[in-house]
Amino acid sequence: MYPKELKYDREHEWVRLEGDVATIGISDFAQDQLGEVVYVDLPSVGEAVSTGESFGEVESVKSVSELFSPISGEIVEVNEALEDAPETVNEDCYNAGWMIKVKVEDAAEVEALMDADDYEAYIAEEA
Amino acid sequence: MRFIPVTCGEQDEMLGSVGAPSIDGLYEDIPAGARLTRPLDLPGAMGEIELAAHIEKLAAANEDGSRVVSFLGGGCYDHYVPAIVDSVVSKPAFFTAYTPYQPEVSQGTLQAIYEYQSMICQLTGMEVSNASMYDGATALAEAALMAARVTKRHRVVVSATVHPEWRETLATYVESGTLDIVEVAAKDGVSDGAAIAAALDDATAALLVASPSFYGTLEDLRSLGEAAHEVGALFVVATDPVLLGVLEPPASYGADIVVGEGQSLGNAMSFGGPGLGVFACRKAHIRQMPGRVVGRTTDVDGRTGFVLTFSTREQHIRREKATSNICSNHSLNALAAGVYLAAMGSDGLAGIGRASVAKAHYLEDALVATGRFERVFGAPFAAEFTLRYRDDVAAMQARLHESGYLAGLDLGRFSADDAGLVLFAVTERHTRAVLDRFVEEVSAL
Repeated sequence: MYPKELKYDREHEWVRLEGDVATIGISDFAQDQLGEVVYVDLPSVGEAVSTGESFGEVESVKSVSELFSPISGEIVEVNEALEDAPETVNEDCYNAGWMIKVKVEDAAEVEALMDADDYEAYIAEEA
Repeated sequence: MRFIPVTCGEQDEMLGSVGAPSIDGLYEDIPAGARLTRPLDLPGAMGEIELAAHIEKLAAANEDGSRVVSFLGGGCYDHYVPAIVDSVVSKPAFFTAYTPYQPEVSQGTLQAIYEYQSMICQLTGMEVSNASMYDGATALAEAALMAARVTKRHRVVVSATVHPEWRETLATYVESGTLDIVEVAAKDGVSDGAAIAAALDDATAALLVASPSFYGTLEDLRSLGEAAHEVGALFVVATDPVLLGVLEPPASYGADIVVGEGQSLGNAMSFGGPGLGVFACRKAHIRQMPGRVVGRTTDVDGRTGFVLTFSTREQHIRREKATSNICSNHSLNALAAGVYLAAMGSDGLAGIGRASVAKAHYLEDALVATGRFERVFGAPFAAEFTLRYRDDVAAMQARLHESGYLAGLDLGRFSADDAGLVLFAVTERHTRAVLDRFVEEVSAL
């Protein structure tokens, strides 16, 4: 349900760190809560994101939610495939449904996020 | 609880629950100068017979298109409204302030709006239309704001050939500093292409022009559109939808957003309002489009149905992220426009356009031939034209008014630079006999 190799934040984003690049998406819990995703609004490559700030939004048939960055850094890639196939976020949120890749300023920021067990406990508490 | 009337006891109860000491206490955030501190100055009650006579007397003090020959235009036109329009619009099912949020009880209203949107798309050549806005002026201002959202830029270039009141509305919208407005002066009654190209830069969100312009002239949309696109700005074109039966649709000149005053489509002049803001754009930008939009879908049983769609742009879903604080529409006016277009059909609409344009050109020639008026602009025009009167405009208009004519719009009212200029609007309602009689009156001045 919640891949062990990922880190999670309280806004239900996940982070996969490879070298100094972090891939960011939304968790299975988040996509399930949203329902059918119809549109993802993402920033441009080169823009800076900072911890806790909105970097885009995800729209479902039910609502719109802001996407908050779990870390700070510069965007090096965005998942342009989501423009034509936003439903990928529902179908494969941890892989093909990724949203942005960020060159991480401070790896300790990633380290400080929740691991899968903590996140699962956090969700249980939320529910 | 019942809401009418509110007893003193209920009033006290409500004040108590919100923690206000009195009605004045409740309104203390409103500056004292703006508050009414005396009872409303209303006359006493009347019986029905007396009231009907009183209202008729008030109404008789007004002049309308049936009692005078009006050549007034400038955004509000005396086109003929076929009987079928009022007949459909006054059906109780349509004649309601109910907002169609619940598709299960609003299919008729929703479909009517959907048909209106479809026809506006056909007329303008654009891919999507909203359910309508307040009027042409607000549609233009909303287009500027939308262009800023789409391009993430904050500068708008507007040609001074756009209606002065529309430009004022735009200025009101951006008073808080949301956008920088750059106005480019007109040249010979049309947009100054070179000056506009010079004013455009890579911080420009949109170029706003009108064709037909305020002066009635037709703009060189192709080159203006190219200039806008060259710097990555959106090209916003204001137009008169009733003329799109004969004019090339703005989309074919590269317009990204098309706006217009839809009053000319089956709506009465009605003292200048309520109007109908036409707003259409390319599908790529639909998420940034202001206002309501109705979509066609299918229900669980596969039956066609209509719904308000893309509602996440609207303030009842997300106030802080809404594309506009206008999330209403002029449904009844849009319905009238839809009925009018459906009744006219494309041939009928082309006929209205052709007749209006031909008669306007006939009158322009005839007025110039009287020697009282002279041409000021060389640009082509459609159904409205500007001439210079060789003498005192106010005296001429007063004199012709006595003979039952509203002799055009005095452009000196809007700008000292345009003193002496008069704008005439002609529609299919002006018969040749009427035009000839008017020209005789002018010759006799």
